[in-house]
Amino acid sequence: MTDTIPDIIDHLAGISPGSAGDTLRARRPVTKEGAQASWLALFAPSDAGEFSLAERFALATFVAILHGQAEIAAFYAKKLENEPNGTALRPAVEAAAAYGVTEGPYGHYPKGPLSNEDQDGLIYRVNDGERAILGEKLSALFEHTHLLVLRPRDAEPQALSKLLQAGWSTTAIVTASQLVAFLAFQIRVIAGLKVLNAA
Amino acid sequence: MTDTIIEPKVENAPNVFTQAQIGWTPWLQPLTADELTERHYEALVDRARASSPYFALLVRDPDILEARTKTDKDIFYNVADGLPRAERELAATAASRSNGCIFCASVHSRFATHHTEHKAEVQKLLDEGVSADLGERWNAIVAATVALTATPPAFTADHAERLRKAGLSDDEISDVIHGGAFFNWANRLMLSLGEPTPAA
Repeated sequence: MTDTIPDIIDHLAGISPGSAGDTLRARRPVTKEGAQASWLALFAPSDAGEFSLAERFALATFVAILHGQAEIAAFYAKKLENEPNGTALRPAVEAAAAYGVTEGPYGHYPKGPLSNEDQDGLIYRVNDGERAILGEKLSALFEHTHLLVLRPRDAEPQALSKLLQAGWSTTAIVTASQLVAFLAFQIRVIAGLKVLNAA
Repeated sequence: MTDTIIEPKVENAPNVFTQAQIGWTPWLQPLTADELTERHYEALVDRARASSPYFALLVRDPDILEARTKTDKDIFYNVADGLPRAERELAATAASRSNGCIFCASVHSRFATHHTEHKAEVQKLLDEGVSADLGERWNAIVAATVALTATPPAFTADHAERLRKAGLSDDEISDVIHGGAFFNWANRLMLSLGEPTPAA
C-alpha cells in the first residue's frame, strides 16, 4: 500500500506550504527527510518480516493514545483498519490503551544515591478481554511498550525475555523498539512544531 | 525459539549521573562481524560503528537505523546556523536526565561540557536534576525540554515565549525541540536494550 501523504509530520502537525512551521523545517532538509525516511522504514518497509503492518499500526495507535494524542491515534487507527483483521483489532487496541493512560516518565534507578528519585506508577497489564482479541503476542508487545513509553528506566533483560517467549525474534524486537522510540520522537516534534507554527 | 537474552553480570554498575566515559552492554545478541553485509555497513553510516555493540544490535534492521543515524547527525552536527552545539547537547542531557538514562546523559553531558564555558552548570544538571538553577537561558532550555519529554508532552506557547525572552530565535527553539525529541528516541533504545557498565 503506497502512501500519498508526502510528509507525515507536516500532515499530523497541520503544517502547510509557506507557514511558519514549513519555513522552520525547510531550514533542516536532512532532518525533515530523515524523519520521513524513518517513518517509511517502519511503516512501509520493503519487507515487513515477522512484524506485520497490522501489528505495526496497532502498536502505533497504542503509543499515540498513551501520549494523549487523539488525532495522531486516529491517523494510525485508520491505517490499522486497512490491514487484515484491522477493523476487529482497532476497538481492542483503543480499549487496551485507554486504561494504560497515565503520566510519565516514572520508574526506578539502580540502587544508590538516585533511589530517592524513584517514582512508582502503573505497571501495565492487558486485561483478559482485550488479550483474547489481541492474542498473547501483541499483548506482550503492548505491555513492553507501556514500559518503554512511560517508565523506560525500569527496563531489564527479563522484559525482553517475555517478548522472546511470546514469539518475537531478536530482530523483530529491535524493529518494534525502534518503532515505539521513533514515535516518542515524532509525537514530540509534532507537539513542538505545532506551538511554533501557531506563533 | 533460538533467540535468547543476555544477562550481563555488571559489577559496580553506574548508579549516579556522571560525565565519566562509562560503557554499555547489550541484553540481546548484536550481529557478529561475520554476519555483516555491505547493506549493514551502509546502514551503520560510519563503518567504525560496527564495533559498537549498540549499533551492531540496531543494524539488525538496517533501514530504520540508517534513516535514524542521518537524522541524528543533522540535528546535532549541522551547525551551519541555529542553536550552538553546547545547547543542543544540553537539550539531549536534559531529556536523558528526565527519562533517567545514565548512559545517554554521560555521553551528552561530556559533549556539552566540551563545547561550553559553563562546565560547572553541566555537572549541576546531572547532580541536582532538571530543576537545578543554571542561569535563565539554560533554565529555559531545560524546562522546555523536560516539558516536551513528559508523557503526555507538556510543551506550550509559554515555554516558547520564555525561550524567546532568553534570546532564542524560533529557528533555535526548533533545534531545542528536535534535540530534546530525538533523545526521547535514543533514551528508550539505550535504556531498554542493554545497560551501562563502569568506566574502564
